[in-house]
Amino acid sequence: MTTILIIVAGAVLTYLTRIGGHLVLSRFENVPPRVEAALDAVPAAVLTTLVAPELLSTGPAEIVALVAAGLVALRRGMLEMFLTGAIALIVLRQFMG
Amino acid sequence: MSEENAKREFWRGVRAGIPIIVAVVPFGLLFGALAVDNGLSLGQAVLMSATIFGGASQMVGIELFGQKISPALIVFSIFAVNFRHVLYSAAIGRHFARWPSVKQAVAFFLLTDPQYAEAERRVEETGKVGFAWYLGMGLALYVTWVAEALLGGLFGRLISNPEALGLDFLLPIYFLGLVMEFRQRPLWLPVVLASAAGSMLAYKFVGSPWHVSLGALAGIALAACMPAKRQTPRDLAMTAERSEP
Repeated sequence: MTTILIIVAGAVLTYLTRIGGHLVLSRFENVPPRVEAALDAVPAAVLTTLVAPELLSTGPAEIVALVAAGLVALRRGMLEMFLTGAIALIVLRQFMG
Repeated sequence: MSEENAKREFWRGVRAGIPIIVAVVPFGLLFGALAVDNGLSLGQAVLMSATIFGGASQMVGIELFGQKISPALIVFSIFAVNFRHVLYSAAIGRHFARWPSVKQAVAFFLLTDPQYAEAERRVEETGKVGFAWYLGMGLALYVTWVAEALLGGLFGRLISNPEALGLDFLLPIYFLGLVMEFRQRPLWLPVVLASAAGSMLAYKFVGSPWHVSLGALAGIALAACMPAKRQTPRDLAMTAERSEP
Protein backbone atom coordinates (compact mmCIF):
# COMPACT_ATOMS: atom_id res chain seq x y z
CA MET A 1 0.00 0.00 0.00
CA THR A 2 2.81 2.41 0.91
CA THR A 3 4.46 1.61 -2.41
CA ILE A 4 1.34 2.55 -4.33
CA LEU A 5 1.03 5.80 -2.36
CA ILE A 6 4.64 6.66 -3.15
CA ILE A 7 4.07 5.97 -6.84
CA VAL A 8 0.90 8.08 -6.94
CA ALA A 9 2.52 10.96 -5.03
CA GLY A 10 5.52 10.81 -7.37
CA ALA A 11 3.17 10.87 -10.35
CA VAL A 12 1.22 13.88 -9.06
CA LEU A 13 4.40 15.86 -8.40
CA THR A 14 5.74 14.87 -11.81
CA TYR A 15 2.58 16.16 -13.46
CA LEU A 16 2.96 19.42 -11.54
CA THR A 17 6.47 19.88 -12.96
CA ARG A 18 5.11 19.26 -16.46
CA ILE A 19 2.30 21.78 -16.23
CA GLY A 20 3.82 24.15 -13.65
CA GLY A 21 6.34 26.00 -15.80
CA HIS A 22 3.60 26.99 -18.20
CA LEU A 23 1.14 28.02 -15.48
CA VAL A 24 3.72 30.32 -13.92
CA LEU A 25 4.84 31.81 -17.22
CA SER A 26 1.35 32.41 -18.64
CA ARG A 27 0.75 34.96 -15.86
CA PHE A 28 3.02 37.38 -17.66
CA GLU A 29 1.43 39.34 -20.49
CA ASN A 30 4.66 40.13 -22.28
CA VAL A 31 7.62 37.86 -21.92
CA PRO A 32 10.76 39.97 -21.29
CA PRO A 33 13.54 39.43 -23.89
CA ARG A 34 15.92 37.98 -21.33
CA VAL A 35 13.34 35.41 -20.28
CA GLU A 36 12.72 34.66 -23.93
CA ALA A 37 16.48 34.19 -24.53
CA ALA A 38 16.61 31.94 -21.47
CA LEU A 39 13.72 29.83 -22.72
CA ASP A 40 15.30 29.49 -26.14
CA ALA A 41 18.39 28.09 -24.45
CA VAL A 42 16.42 25.46 -22.49
CA PRO A 43 16.48 22.49 -24.88
CA ALA A 44 20.21 22.55 -25.62
CA ALA A 45 21.04 23.30 -21.98
CA VAL A 46 18.97 20.49 -20.47
CA LEU A 47 19.80 17.89 -23.09
CA THR A 48 23.53 18.64 -22.73
CA THR A 49 23.36 17.75 -19.03
CA LEU A 50 22.03 14.30 -19.94
CA VAL A 51 25.12 13.63 -22.07
CA ALA A 52 28.14 15.48 -20.61
CA PRO A 53 28.45 13.70 -17.23
CA GLU A 54 28.53 10.36 -19.11
CA LEU A 55 31.98 11.40 -20.35
CA LEU A 56 33.27 11.28 -16.76
CA SER A 57 32.36 7.66 -16.12
CA THR A 58 32.58 5.86 -19.47
CA GLY A 59 35.42 4.28 -21.41
CA PRO A 60 37.08 5.07 -24.75
CA ALA A 61 34.55 3.03 -26.77
CA GLU A 62 31.64 5.18 -25.59
CA ILE A 63 33.53 8.44 -26.13
CA VAL A 64 34.61 7.48 -29.66
CA ALA A 65 31.03 6.44 -30.47
CA LEU A 66 29.70 9.76 -29.18
CA VAL A 67 32.25 11.78 -31.16
CA ALA A 68 31.54 9.78 -34.34
CA ALA A 69 27.80 10.30 -33.90
CA GLY A 70 28.31 14.00 -33.22
CA LEU A 71 30.35 14.42 -36.42
CA VAL A 72 27.71 12.63 -38.49
CA ALA A 73 25.09 14.95 -36.96
CA LEU A 74 26.86 17.95 -38.50
CA ARG A 75 25.99 16.71 -42.00
CA ARG A 76 23.18 14.20 -41.65
CA GLY A 77 19.88 13.73 -39.88
CA MET A 78 19.01 12.24 -36.54
CA LEU A 79 18.53 8.64 -37.67
CA GLU A 80 21.87 8.35 -39.50
CA MET A 81 23.57 9.96 -36.53
CA PHE A 82 21.94 7.56 -34.08
CA LEU A 83 22.70 4.43 -36.13
CA THR A 84 26.33 5.50 -36.54
CA GLY A 85 26.70 5.91 -32.81
CA ALA A 86 25.00 2.61 -31.99
CA ILE A 87 26.98 0.58 -34.54
CA ALA A 88 30.27 2.23 -33.59
CA LEU A 89 29.56 1.42 -29.96
CA ILE A 90 28.76 -2.25 -30.56
CA VAL A 91 31.83 -2.75 -32.78
CA LEU A 92 34.23 -0.84 -30.50
CA ARG A 93 33.08 -2.69 -27.41
CA GLN A 94 34.11 -5.94 -29.05
CA PHE A 95 37.67 -4.67 -29.18
CA MET A 96 37.97 -2.24 -26.29
CA GLY A 97 35.82 -3.98 -23.72
CA MET B 1 -8.32 21.52 -39.36
CA SER B 2 -10.45 18.86 -41.09
CA GLU B 3 -10.81 15.47 -39.48
CA GLU B 4 -9.01 13.84 -42.40
CA ASN B 5 -6.15 16.26 -41.98
CA ALA B 6 -5.99 15.69 -38.23
CA LYS B 7 -5.83 11.94 -38.78
CA ARG B 8 -2.94 12.33 -41.18
CA GLU B 9 -1.11 14.59 -38.74
CA PHE B 10 -1.74 12.10 -35.93
CA TRP B 11 -0.10 9.28 -37.89
CA ARG B 12 2.74 11.59 -38.90
CA GLY B 13 3.34 12.12 -35.19
CA VAL B 14 3.31 8.37 -34.58
CA ARG B 15 5.85 7.85 -37.35
CA ALA B 16 8.09 10.62 -36.00
CA GLY B 17 8.06 8.74 -32.69
CA ILE B 18 9.44 5.49 -34.12
CA PRO B 19 13.19 6.28 -33.87
CA ILE B 20 12.61 7.40 -30.29
CA ILE B 21 10.73 4.22 -29.47
CA VAL B 22 13.58 2.14 -30.87
CA ALA B 23 16.04 4.05 -28.69
CA VAL B 24 13.84 3.85 -25.60
CA VAL B 25 12.78 0.17 -25.81
CA PRO B 26 15.83 -1.13 -23.93
CA PHE B 27 15.21 1.30 -21.10
CA GLY B 28 11.53 0.51 -20.84
CA LEU B 29 12.29 -3.21 -20.70
CA LEU B 30 15.17 -2.67 -18.29
CA PHE B 31 12.92 -0.68 -16.00
CA GLY B 32 10.34 -3.47 -15.87
CA ALA B 33 13.01 -6.06 -15.17
CA LEU B 34 14.77 -4.01 -12.48
CA ALA B 35 11.52 -2.99 -10.82
CA VAL B 36 10.43 -6.60 -10.32
CA ASP B 37 13.98 -7.47 -9.32
CA ASN B 38 13.84 -4.76 -6.62
CA GLY B 39 10.71 -6.18 -5.10
CA LEU B 40 7.88 -4.36 -6.88
CA SER B 41 4.98 -6.43 -8.14
CA LEU B 42 4.38 -6.52 -11.88
CA GLY B 43 1.27 -4.38 -11.37
CA GLN B 44 3.22 -1.77 -9.41
CA ALA B 45 5.92 -1.62 -12.10
CA VAL B 46 3.29 -1.05 -14.79
CA LEU B 47 1.48 1.50 -12.61
CA MET B 48 4.72 3.41 -12.21
CA SER B 49 5.33 3.58 -15.96
CA ALA B 50 1.69 4.48 -16.62
CA THR B 51 1.44 7.31 -14.08
CA ILE B 52 4.94 8.80 -13.80
CA PHE B 53 6.02 8.20 -17.42
CA GLY B 54 9.58 9.43 -16.86
CA GLY B 55 12.38 6.89 -17.26
CA ALA B 56 15.19 8.40 -15.22
CA SER B 57 12.95 9.20 -12.25
CA GLN B 58 11.43 5.71 -12.32
CA MET B 59 14.91 4.17 -12.25
CA VAL B 60 15.85 6.33 -9.29
CA GLY B 61 12.57 5.42 -7.60
CA ILE B 62 13.03 1.65 -7.82
CA GLU B 63 16.65 2.01 -6.80
CA LEU B 64 15.45 3.63 -3.56
CA PHE B 65 12.58 1.17 -3.06
CA GLY B 66 15.25 -1.54 -2.84
CA GLN B 67 16.83 0.21 0.14
CA LYS B 68 15.14 1.15 3.38
CA ILE B 69 14.53 4.82 2.67
CA SER B 70 11.67 6.98 3.94
CA PRO B 71 8.71 7.32 1.55
CA ALA B 72 8.94 11.12 1.61
CA LEU B 73 12.53 10.99 0.42
CA ILE B 74 11.67 8.63 -2.44
CA VAL B 75 8.87 10.94 -3.55
CA PHE B 76 11.20 13.92 -3.29
CA SER B 77 13.87 12.18 -5.37
CA ILE B 78 11.35 11.45 -8.12
CA PHE B 79 10.34 15.11 -8.01
CA ALA B 80 13.98 16.27 -8.13
CA VAL B 81 14.80 14.15 -11.17
CA ASN B 82 11.68 15.40 -12.96
CA PHE B 83 12.12 19.03 -11.99
CA ARG B 84 13.65 19.80 -15.38
CA HIS B 85 10.15 19.47 -16.89
CA VAL B 86 9.32 22.88 -15.40
CA LEU B 87 11.66 24.33 -18.00
CA TYR B 88 10.15 22.29 -20.85
CA SER B 89 6.69 23.29 -19.72
CA ALA B 90 7.48 27.00 -19.70
CA ALA B 91 9.22 26.82 -23.08
CA ILE B 92 6.80 24.67 -25.09
CA GLY B 93 3.66 25.87 -23.30
CA ARG B 94 3.90 29.07 -25.33
CA HIS B 95 3.00 27.02 -28.40
CA PHE B 96 0.03 25.25 -26.75
CA ALA B 97 -1.64 28.54 -25.83
CA ARG B 98 -4.40 28.37 -28.46
CA TRP B 99 -5.51 24.80 -27.67
CA PRO B 100 -8.54 24.14 -25.44
CA SER B 101 -7.49 23.57 -21.83
CA VAL B 102 -8.33 19.84 -21.81
CA LYS B 103 -5.98 19.31 -24.75
CA GLN B 104 -3.32 21.35 -22.95
CA ALA B 105 -3.76 19.25 -19.81
CA VAL B 106 -3.30 16.04 -21.84
CA ALA B 107 -0.33 17.51 -23.70
CA PHE B 108 1.47 18.40 -20.47
CA PHE B 109 1.00 14.85 -19.16
CA LEU B 110 2.77 13.55 -22.28
CA LEU B 111 5.64 16.06 -22.01
CA THR B 112 8.70 13.80 -21.75
CA ASP B 113 12.30 14.65 -22.80
CA PRO B 114 12.05 13.33 -26.36
CA GLN B 115 8.50 14.63 -26.76
CA TYR B 116 9.65 18.09 -25.76
CA ALA B 117 12.68 17.99 -28.04
CA GLU B 118 10.70 16.78 -31.04
CA ALA B 119 7.97 19.36 -30.44
CA GLU B 120 10.60 22.11 -30.34
CA ARG B 121 12.11 20.72 -33.52
CA ARG B 122 8.65 20.81 -35.10
CA VAL B 123 8.32 24.47 -34.10
CA GLU B 124 11.77 25.12 -35.55
CA GLU B 125 10.76 23.56 -38.88
CA THR B 126 7.14 24.61 -39.35
CA GLY B 127 6.71 27.54 -36.96
CA LYS B 128 4.12 25.73 -34.80
CA VAL B 129 3.10 22.41 -33.32
CA GLY B 130 -0.37 20.89 -33.80
CA PHE B 131 -2.29 18.88 -31.23
CA ALA B 132 -2.99 15.90 -33.53
CA TRP B 133 0.70 15.50 -34.37
CA TYR B 134 1.71 15.97 -30.72
CA LEU B 135 -0.87 13.45 -29.52
CA GLY B 136 0.21 10.91 -32.15
CA MET B 137 3.78 11.00 -30.98
CA GLY B 138 2.89 11.21 -27.29
CA LEU B 139 0.49 8.27 -27.33
CA ALA B 140 2.89 6.14 -29.37
CA LEU B 141 5.62 6.77 -26.77
CA TYR B 142 3.22 6.27 -23.86
CA VAL B 143 1.62 3.01 -25.00
CA THR B 144 4.96 1.42 -25.86
CA TRP B 145 6.52 2.64 -22.61
CA VAL B 146 3.79 1.02 -20.49
CA ALA B 147 3.91 -2.19 -22.56
CA GLU B 148 7.69 -2.35 -22.10
CA ALA B 149 7.37 -2.25 -18.32
CA LEU B 150 5.01 -5.24 -18.55
CA LEU B 151 7.23 -7.19 -20.95
CA GLY B 152 10.40 -6.26 -19.07
CA GLY B 153 8.89 -7.46 -15.82
CA LEU B 154 7.83 -10.74 -17.43
CA PHE B 155 10.90 -11.56 -19.52
CA GLY B 156 13.66 -9.23 -18.38
CA ARG B 157 15.86 -11.86 -16.88
CA LEU B 158 16.28 -13.55 -20.26
CA ILE B 159 18.67 -10.80 -21.49
CA SER B 160 21.96 -11.98 -20.09
CA ASN B 161 24.39 -9.37 -21.42
CA PRO B 162 22.79 -6.04 -22.36
CA GLU B 163 26.19 -4.24 -22.50
CA ALA B 164 27.38 -6.30 -25.47
CA LEU B 165 24.47 -4.89 -27.45
CA GLY B 166 25.29 -1.33 -26.36
CA LEU B 167 21.82 -1.04 -24.85
CA ASP B 168 22.96 0.91 -21.83
CA PHE B 169 24.48 3.72 -23.86
CA LEU B 170 21.83 4.37 -26.52
CA LEU B 171 20.13 7.19 -24.64
CA PRO B 172 23.21 9.44 -24.32
CA ILE B 173 23.79 9.04 -28.08
CA TYR B 174 20.17 9.89 -28.71
CA PHE B 175 20.30 12.97 -26.46
CA LEU B 176 23.49 14.16 -28.17
CA GLY B 177 21.66 13.97 -31.49
CA LEU B 178 18.95 16.21 -30.07
CA VAL B 179 21.53 18.69 -28.77
CA MET B 180 22.98 18.89 -32.29
CA GLU B 181 19.54 19.54 -33.79
CA PHE B 182 19.41 22.87 -31.98
CA ARG B 183 22.75 24.18 -33.22
CA GLN B 184 21.13 26.95 -35.33
CA ARG B 185 19.72 28.67 -32.25
CA PRO B 186 21.32 31.87 -30.91
CA LEU B 187 24.12 31.28 -28.36
CA TRP B 188 24.00 27.51 -28.94
CA LEU B 189 27.71 26.83 -28.41
CA PRO B 190 28.22 28.93 -25.25
CA VAL B 191 25.02 27.46 -23.78
CA VAL B 192 26.14 23.89 -24.50
CA LEU B 193 29.62 24.51 -23.09
CA ALA B 194 28.28 26.16 -19.93
CA SER B 195 25.75 23.38 -19.37
CA ALA B 196 28.32 20.68 -20.02
CA ALA B 197 30.77 22.21 -17.55
CA GLY B 198 28.03 22.92 -15.01
CA SER B 199 26.55 19.45 -15.16
CA MET B 200 29.93 17.74 -14.86
CA LEU B 201 30.90 19.84 -11.86
CA ALA B 202 27.52 19.29 -10.21
CA TYR B 203 27.75 15.57 -10.94
CA LYS B 204 31.11 15.42 -9.18
CA PHE B 205 30.43 17.72 -6.24
CA VAL B 206 26.67 17.69 -5.63
CA GLY B 207 25.71 14.36 -7.09
CA SER B 208 23.00 12.91 -9.29
CA PRO B 209 20.21 13.86 -10.04
CA TRP B 210 20.99 17.53 -9.31
CA HIS B 211 23.49 17.75 -12.14
CA VAL B 212 20.56 18.01 -14.57
CA SER B 213 18.88 21.04 -13.01
CA LEU B 214 22.13 22.77 -11.98
CA GLY B 215 23.89 22.18 -15.30
CA ALA B 216 20.88 23.39 -17.28
CA LEU B 217 20.66 26.44 -15.05
CA ALA B 218 24.27 27.34 -15.91
CA GLY B 219 23.52 27.39 -19.65
CA ILE B 220 20.18 29.15 -19.26
CA ALA B 221 21.60 31.82 -16.94
CA LEU B 222 24.37 32.45 -19.45
CA ALA B 223 21.80 32.96 -22.23
CA ALA B 224 19.80 35.34 -20.04
CA CYS B 225 22.91 37.38 -19.21
CA MET B 226 24.32 37.66 -22.72
CA PRO B 227 23.58 41.11 -24.13
CA ALA B 228 23.06 39.66 -27.62
CA LYS B 229 19.69 40.66 -28.99
CA ARG B 230 17.70 37.87 -30.48
CA GLN B 231 17.43 37.96 -34.24
CA THR B 232 13.77 37.87 -35.10
CA PRO B 233 12.61 37.21 -38.66
CA ARG B 234 11.82 40.95 -38.87
CA ASP B 235 15.40 41.90 -37.90
CA LEU B 236 16.67 39.51 -40.49
CA ALA B 237 14.41 41.01 -43.16
CA MET B 238 15.53 44.52 -42.22
CA THR B 239 19.20 43.59 -42.43
CA ALA B 240 18.57 42.00 -45.79
CA GLU B 241 16.80 45.17 -46.94
CA ARG B 242 19.64 47.42 -45.83
CA SER B 243 22.21 45.32 -47.62
CA GLU B 244 20.34 45.82 -50.86
CA PRO B 245 22.58 48.03 -53.07
